[in-house]
Amino acid sequence: MKKLWKRCYLALILIFLYAPIATLMVLSFNSSKFMSKWTGFSLKWYRQLFESPLILSALKNTLLIAVLSALISTVIGTLACIGISRMKKVPRTVFMGINNIPMLNAEIVTGVSLMLVFIATGMTLGFQTILIGHITFNIPYVVLSVMPKLKQTQKSTYEAALDLGATPLYAFFKVVFPDLLPGILSGFLMAFTMSLDDFIITHFVKGAGINTLSTLIYSEVRKGVRPSLYALSTIMFLAVFLLLVLANLPKKNRGGNS
Amino acid sequence: MSKKALAGPYLVWMIGFTLIPLALVFYYGLTDASGAFTLENILAITSEERIGALWRSLKLSLFSTAACLLLAYPLAMILKGMSVSKNSFVVFVFILPMWMNFLLRTMAWQTLLDKNGVINSILGFFGLPGQNLINTQGAIVFGMVYNFLPFMVLPIYNALTKIGNDTIEAARDLGAGSLKTFTRIILPLSLPGIISGITMVFVPSLTTFVISDLLGGGMVLLIGNVIEQEFTFASNWNLGSGMSLVLMVFILISMAAFARYDKDGEGAAF
Repeated sequence: MKKLWKRCYLALILIFLYAPIATLMVLSFNSSKFMSKWTGFSLKWYRQLFESPLILSALKNTLLIAVLSALISTVIGTLACIGISRMKKVPRTVFMGINNIPMLNAEIVTGVSLMLVFIATGMTLGFQTILIGHITFNIPYVVLSVMPKLKQTQKSTYEAALDLGATPLYAFFKVVFPDLLPGILSGFLMAFTMSLDDFIITHFVKGAGINTLSTLIYSEVRKGVRPSLYALSTIMFLAVFLLLVLANLPKKNRGGNS
Repeated sequence: MSKKALAGPYLVWMIGFTLIPLALVFYYGLTDASGAFTLENILAITSEERIGALWRSLKLSLFSTAACLLLAYPLAMILKGMSVSKNSFVVFVFILPMWMNFLLRTMAWQTLLDKNGVINSILGFFGLPGQNLINTQGAIVFGMVYNFLPFMVLPIYNALTKIGNDTIEAARDLGAGSLKTFTRIILPLSLPGIISGITMVFVPSLTTFVISDLLGGGMVLLIGNVIEQEFTFASNWNLGSGMSLVLMVFILISMAAFARYDKDGEGAAF
């Protein structure tokens, strides 16, 4: 009985989390432009999606910024973890404290503060400022996912490699890096996801003439968002869902899924 | 070369794009258009419209934080009990929605909460009267809970999974009942997770301008909306920065609470 209640509760939360996603998927096949009426099945929004240069360029910007910001923040963050782990207690606490600022600060404050610094230094708002903004809020996530893995690695194995004649760089890549890899990968994935889903910071640092998917959607909220954007979101969501399911399948089933 | 130098790029980046920008917010917030020191931008919060927006934001974000905590704690307990392998199912389920754009997901609730929407149709099916759900403060709290619930679930779940089963069994062996085990062992040990969850929900709820835009129909003004308008429409950076400084007082309070319980930087969500 108790188990049943638990399952019901879990199911209700999952419905709560996924109901809007299901709604958007259904509406992407709706032949009406309006969200509130179902007028029949249609694939026209999917067709229009590939004919809209505005959506395609926003998609390109979104993906490019997500990949680049995740890559750069992963490199900076991972290097930082190695450096920080060698520090004494006080500087280490200071560094980790700084790390918390972008995570705990309000996104709107991060957004306006970056906008002020870009304008004060005379940078043109555009692709590069969005990229810098995204790297800034992504680095802390990478640090937080790599740091615990680094704490688990044993210094003695690295030192043993050095004693056996490995150069520090070789020893790092052969001994330490494989242990860090899961943390680095999850940090990268987290950064990529956060970048993809960001609206607030992008809104303040983007300038005129460039859009990511989020800002394009926001600009269309008043007059009604084109259902092609639901269609695009549906495709992206399903693609990631399938990828993650495939990646998590037990090895023996993998062959049958081509 | 010392290994510590590897943290160099990180330090430069954080100073250049986190600390200096924040200092700039202080500078603009405490000066007027000519650059002279003034407290006017901060005191501007006392205007009727702005102080109203601040109270409304505080009220709605407290409601949403409380609702998230009440929903998330039992959920985290259930997830812990399911003994699924960590970092797979749980993170998967709560991060996956982020792959559908956050604005679209929030807008979808308009359809669901609409007068002729799905929720009212279900109510109507059971013979219950339709409710006016959209464009209310309730709808905004609902949107906040929807968007920020994962940020409460994940840290609490992480804190709970760190409690060893032997600790709980020891309490049982020493004669503690279920309730006592919960109040004396599980709850205190999960406190860091609760605190970090509260921070991670309270701050974005307090400062949002998007959720009130999307689900309040432009009729509910929050402090986030006030700041956003100063920067994008009015272009009064001094006033906008002043308002941001007021907001930061509340953010700093919650950061201080976070830092007290998160001494080694391990309690954070991910």
